[in-house]
Amino acid sequence: MGIAAKRLHLHRILDEMKNAQLGLYSRAIAVALSLLFTTPSLFANNSKETDSSTTDGISKKEEIKAYIRHHLEDAYDFSLFSYTSEDGTHHYIGAPLPIILWDEGLQIFSSSKFHHGETVAKVDGKYYALYHNKIYRTDAEGTIVYDADHHPTNVKPLDFSITKGVMSMLIICLLMFFLFRSLAKSYAENGGLPAGVGRFFEPIVLYVRDDIARPNIGEKHYQKYMSFLLTVFFFIWFLNMFGLTPLGINVTGNIAVTSGLALLTFLITNLTGTKDYWLHIFDPLGSSMPWIAKIFLYIILIPIEVLGIFIKPFSLLIRLYANMQAGHIVLMSLIGLMFIFKSWIGSSLSFGLAFAISLIEVLVALLQAYIFTMLSALYFGFASEEHEH
Amino acid sequence: MEIPVMVGAGLVVIGVGMGIGRIGGSAMEAIARQPEAYGKIQTAMLIAAALIEGIGFAALFAVG
Repeated sequence: MGIAAKRLHLHRILDEMKNAQLGLYSRAIAVALSLLFTTPSLFANNSKETDSSTTDGISKKEEIKAYIRHHLEDAYDFSLFSYTSEDGTHHYIGAPLPIILWDEGLQIFSSSKFHHGETVAKVDGKYYALYHNKIYRTDAEGTIVYDADHHPTNVKPLDFSITKGVMSMLIICLLMFFLFRSLAKSYAENGGLPAGVGRFFEPIVLYVRDDIARPNIGEKHYQKYMSFLLTVFFFIWFLNMFGLTPLGINVTGNIAVTSGLALLTFLITNLTGTKDYWLHIFDPLGSSMPWIAKIFLYIILIPIEVLGIFIKPFSLLIRLYANMQAGHIVLMSLIGLMFIFKSWIGSSLSFGLAFAISLIEVLVALLQAYIFTMLSALYFGFASEEHEH
Repeated sequence: MEIPVMVGAGLVVIGVGMGIGRIGGSAMEAIARQPEAYGKIQTAMLIAAALIEGIGFAALFAVG
């Protein structure tokens, strides 16, 4: 065969391959189109089904809503999942947690006494019942008395219980304590070289120091804030990642937790504030103006600056809380789609979307920890600023 | 009472979206112009985006 003939042969093979590919593409497009056109009919079928049994559809939606709300809330027991057996009783898989109440004396008992809110707990002649995830003192029948606005008027004892959120925070604290202690030890043994998990954590710690603390706080003062910044960064990150596991905890999506973290930032900012920081708030213009002119400006300026002190940590707490809460709601709603569509399209759609959103949530978990640390460092930088007058 | 609040929150969220979009776009342009300043631009972008995002969440809280 000559070269020209070979080339022709090759061309023919290539053409055939192209045709085959085109055939494949056209077939794929045809399948996709048919899917597109059949899915509305699937949905239509479904809507008809739900129309004929609207009460079932509504109750399903309500059930999913209640399920999401239950997941977002803190709980008095660590339940992984529950199921109903054939004889109609609920079975819960999980562990009860201690309940600590202050009700004219310390009351400590296990949350298994509530049987997941189904029964009244009797402790030392007093009766307690769970109502909307809060503990109230009741009588033996567990009656809850309501006022005009349908709020319970029962006595609410002070609650110091180790709830699911508290438990997970304690676990994370222990984890962090042993992890970073062993890291410090390994550094001492290896002569300052990272080993094991240290190889993973060293760049992160260095990043927090060199790219978050140093540029924002300044070379002179950054060291005294490092312990807080590192702790809060890893605490939030670990809790966020913990919340993505099937354990179903939502600690950073709890406004009380984020309030506590933001309160720490607020206290540290204002307690370590230098003279210049307070001067910036109460005398921002300094000696650039005669005092008569400043009075009129300060009527507006000082309230704004004082409000700013409180708005800064408030935005911190709202941002973390809302981001994590929103992530959990979206994930749970996507999983809920499966039960609303009741067809193969719902399951596959829900699985695909939930998987994609989970990946985004992994990024958000790190990003929110980073943002919280970053903004805290920024505020510490304001607090430790020193001008050369 | 409920509908004006929702419309207002929607408007705020549109504004927040436009704001974050502009920040992202500008950061892209800045990175394209000066790729060596990538890290610094990204940090500044994230801070600005986070601050604006806070306003969006405040609006969402007014509704829910």
